Amino acid sequence: MNHSISLTVNGARRDFVLDDPRVTLLDLLRERLHLTGTKKGCDRGQCGACTILVDGKRINSCLALAISHDGADILTIEGVARGDQLHPVQAAFIAHDGFQCGFCTPGQIMSAIGMIKEAQAGNDPERIRECMSGNLCRCGAYAGIVDAVLDAQGQMDESNQRRSA
Amino acid sequence: MKSFDYVRPATVAEAVAAAAQPGAVYLAAGTNLLDLMKGDVSRPDRLVDVTHLDGLDRIETLADGSLRIGALMSNADLAHDVEFARSYPAVAEALLSGASAQLRNAATVGGNLLQRTRCAYFYDTASRCNKREQGSGCDAREGENRGHAVLGWSESCIATHPSDFCVPLVALDAVVEIEGRGGRREIALDELHRLPGDAPERETMLEPGDLIVAVRLPPAARAFASHARYLKVRERTSYAFAVVSATAALRIESGRIAEARLALGGVAAKPWRARAAEDVLRNVAPTVDAFQEAAWRALADAKPSGDNAFKIELARRIVVRALLLAAAGTPARIPALPASPFASTSGAIHA
Repeated sequence: MNHSISLTVNGARRDFVLDDPRVTLLDLLRERLHLTGTKKGCDRGQCGACTILVDGKRINSCLALAISHDGADILTIEGVARGDQLHPVQAAFIAHDGFQCGFCTPGQIMSAIGMIKEAQAGNDPERIRECMSGNLCRCGAYAGIVDAVLDAQGQMDESNQRRSA
Repeated sequence: MKSFDYVRPATVAEAVAAAAQPGAVYLAAGTNLLDLMKGDVSRPDRLVDVTHLDGLDRIETLADGSLRIGALMSNADLAHDVEFARSYPAVAEALLSGASAQLRNAATVGGNLLQRTRCAYFYDTASRCNKREQGSGCDAREGENRGHAVLGWSESCIATHPSDFCVPLVALDAVVEIEGRGGRREIALDELHRLPGDAPERETMLEPGDLIVAVRLPPAARAFASHARYLKVRERTSYAFAVVSATAALRIESGRIAEARLALGGVAAKPWRARAAEDVLRNVAPTVDAFQEAAWRALADAKPSGDNAFKIELARRIVVRALLLAAAGTPARIPALPASPFASTSGAIHA
């Protein structure tokens, strides 16, 4: 039986006909939309490489059935920059060497964007490490990742203050 | 993953009818279920998606002072609700000590209660497991079992229930509201999960079609807010299941314990309420001696199910330390590393 669903992906409405309900958001993004920035690491919710924002919240897209998220608003790594202007978190990962091989990086960046929105960690590196523990990095770039998140969060706070001033 | 039919009911009544069919299971966030289905551990014929049902994702305070938590509320939304965390700090701390931020954003209250054991033999379809396949045997019994149960286990099954959330909930006398084919009913959370006995495949008291719609905390649960902690020992500081955990909650009046609540996680097939230990803490001063006596009572019936005798002594120490932390008072803010004995702000020396 076919199921029709629609999603908003990086600001654009997308309609899909699913001939099988087994497809995850991760596979839908990669196989149907060819948005391969979202990575399939473990595919079991353990590594965080597939992290995306769904309705503004970071989740593991490998453990989310697409069919269950009919109507959802999805943000992937492909949707965070504005043209050539990188998102502050992307720029901070480059500035602080927050990666080595880069495979976990899209998930790290999406997780960091979600974490900054959650506003639970403040500028405490220990809380940032705890709040980012769902993203594994086999290269061990964690020190750079924490620095990048701290820096980006500070910049985003400043720019929010300027905007509201 | 085996193929399945997908059903999205519009009402709770439709959901119950759809899920009462043989081979049907409920789908909430799916953070555990999809993992199990990908591994062929769960092979449902039909998924009944309850995530689009209205009204099950909120907290409400009832007229008698109880708190009713909708079953579809996410673990993160509940833990980050400021009023909730202030009133039930051990529950918030337990939630934040579980899984990862991504999983907590998705995982629901009802799903947390009904998550399956993480016993490796349950997950490995090449192994014998009485829980996965009734009567097949238990490869954990003679296998890698240092993480397995020390209380309430049987020769059929030595798996543990992995939830952190359930541990403070059971200590605080949480009640589970269920919609089923016979209408609405409720049972104590302490009665929801079954010990394995000779039927480990039956994990809960739920019948086909039963849907958990809410978890309720009684008015008395708030009285522990100023002395309530959750403490969890795990193999790494974050994003790991408990080796052993404990909730301690005290009501202290004029320097004496008026009432104590104690429950353990990671030790049995259900969140383990330690009532015998609570009894010795009634109307006594909050001293290390009293807490050690309580710890002995809590683990009096414990026995190793394999290479896990260490968990019994570890659990005693975790109980003493959780009680010391609770007696010292709930911190103004949940520590940076929730429930961790290694947190810089844990506030108590080793027992």
